[in-house]
Amino acid sequence: MGGKNDRLFWGIGGVVIIVYTLIPVAWLASLSLKSNADITDNNFIPTNPTLDNYRQIFSFDLFTSALLNSLGIALIATIFAVTLATLAAYAIARLDFPGKKLILTLALAIAMFPPVSLIGPLFDLWRSVGLFDTWPGLIIPYMSFTLPLAIWTLSAFFREIPWEMEQAAQVDGATNMQAFRRVIVPLAAPGVFTAAILVFFFAWNDFLFSISLTSSDAARTVPAALAFFSGDSQFVQPQGPIAAAAIVVTIPIVIAVLIFQRRIVAGLTAGAVKG
Amino acid sequence: MTTTATPERVTEKAPPPREMTDRARSERKLGWMLCAPALVVMIAVTAYPIGYSIWLSLQNYDLRTPDERSFAGLSNYATVLSSPLFYEDLQATVIITVISVILELIIGMAIALVMHRAIFARRTVRTSVLIPYGIITVVAAFAWQYAFTPDYSFFSQYQWLNNGWSSYFVIILTEVWKTTPFMSLLLLAGLAVVPEELQEAAKVDGASTIQRFVRVTLPNMKAAILVALLFRTLDAFRIFDTVFIMTRGANGTETLSFLSYNQLINRVNLGLGSTVSVLLFFLVIIIAVLFVKGFKTNLGAVRGDR
Repeated sequence: MGGKNDRLFWGIGGVVIIVYTLIPVAWLASLSLKSNADITDNNFIPTNPTLDNYRQIFSFDLFTSALLNSLGIALIATIFAVTLATLAAYAIARLDFPGKKLILTLALAIAMFPPVSLIGPLFDLWRSVGLFDTWPGLIIPYMSFTLPLAIWTLSAFFREIPWEMEQAAQVDGATNMQAFRRVIVPLAAPGVFTAAILVFFFAWNDFLFSISLTSSDAARTVPAALAFFSGDSQFVQPQGPIAAAAIVVTIPIVIAVLIFQRRIVAGLTAGAVKG
Repeated sequence: MTTTATPERVTEKAPPPREMTDRARSERKLGWMLCAPALVVMIAVTAYPIGYSIWLSLQNYDLRTPDERSFAGLSNYATVLSSPLFYEDLQATVIITVISVILELIIGMAIALVMHRAIFARRTVRTSVLIPYGIITVVAAFAWQYAFTPDYSFFSQYQWLNNGWSSYFVIILTEVWKTTPFMSLLLLAGLAVVPEELQEAAKVDGASTIQRFVRVTLPNMKAAILVALLFRTLDAFRIFDTVFIMTRGANGTETLSFLSYNQLINRVNLGLGSTVSVLLFFLVIIIAVLFVKGFKTNLGAVRGDR
């Protein structure tokens, strides 16, 4: 293949990929803009676009409380998981101590766990200790399920940090704290941030724990709430509101992906291939 | 990003031996202290419940009749393993896993090659690939469900989700759409470590594009392919969200995770449900062991910390 054909070939490939990834999102967006009367018209482009579905979902307690639960639970789980993982990853990347490998292997084993194996025991335990249908009841499993991912990603990042720069700064007269704040924190921050994005995505995406360990608006997150939307359709088709809600929870993801594309890719591959 | 980099630890000049032991001891202590919180949480919330799950699987324990809770030995296992439903669900799980992982590998490789070679719109392609990865699985399942439901579809009037084979088709399509990008990123990382000189040398020797791909590229990224396959196989094997949203297990698409969930949460039979989940857990371990042994991969070598 010549240079020009080559470029054309890979260029077309690129366009095909972009279409492939965006089609279902476009379809949801289209459904979300259709009124209840138009929703079954099978047109890709809505004939009379309306924001009714969006207005409707934001007047539902079911959706607004789920959105709040999703955000709160995912954020808190992320903060805890990343904090604990940072400590462990720092030790794994920088210190010499026996048992290091064991921790990494254990983390890998946990990452491979089928979550459904934990549903039964947690359901039973949470009901007896009062954590069923509460925020901590979801934060705890999210935190522990994402710790392995966070530890692997972070220890991969931390291994690449030129730690000797800290000492160089100390030689130049910086105090321990200054050296840490001015040199190490800026170097480590991108890795910590990447791990946080990946953990947040996991918690934001989870469905199984959320439908199993909640029973009301108190802690039910968006994915579980979406599944319940479809249940109580009486006179109005639920598809429009579901599509609108789906778009609302997808927008933050798209924005995050647009801004942090490079970091997410680095984090995913560092965590999995290199570890 | 994926070379087998060795840890770049600070290499201090070796201090005198006695000081070394003190240092080593305090370093060891600090290491354990820093790892302890993460370790405790991981063990408390996963290892302990798994043990509890095994314990539950040995009991007659139905929350509708909690007073009749009793030790049952292996009778739950006998019930589950002699039930045709278990094997039907196992079959459905295996079908979905095998077909979607194979498709993901092929399509993922194509996407990885495009991302590797494309000069035009490289950033856009990489960004768009992350969208399926970031989208909530439940949302992806709804999107494809609507696309294949006559009233809401824009291209088909066929009842895809009312038939066995076409339900499988839609479920697998959704899985493939959602998870291929992850696969392709892992493969892209593998492509990046294939030495460019080898490609050039093969070109000089007159190898065609396909020959170069099969003889040079593939063997050099074997490790990345295996890791991607392992991760995705284990992930696909516990498929739940897509099935729940699309068919609720109808048309023979019930998977093992769904069966377990049904027994645990809907039938509140903790004994039988736990039995299914313990069996699923062991199946996952067997798959992982087969992968590692069968392909003789050293995951450590891939990670770079032999």
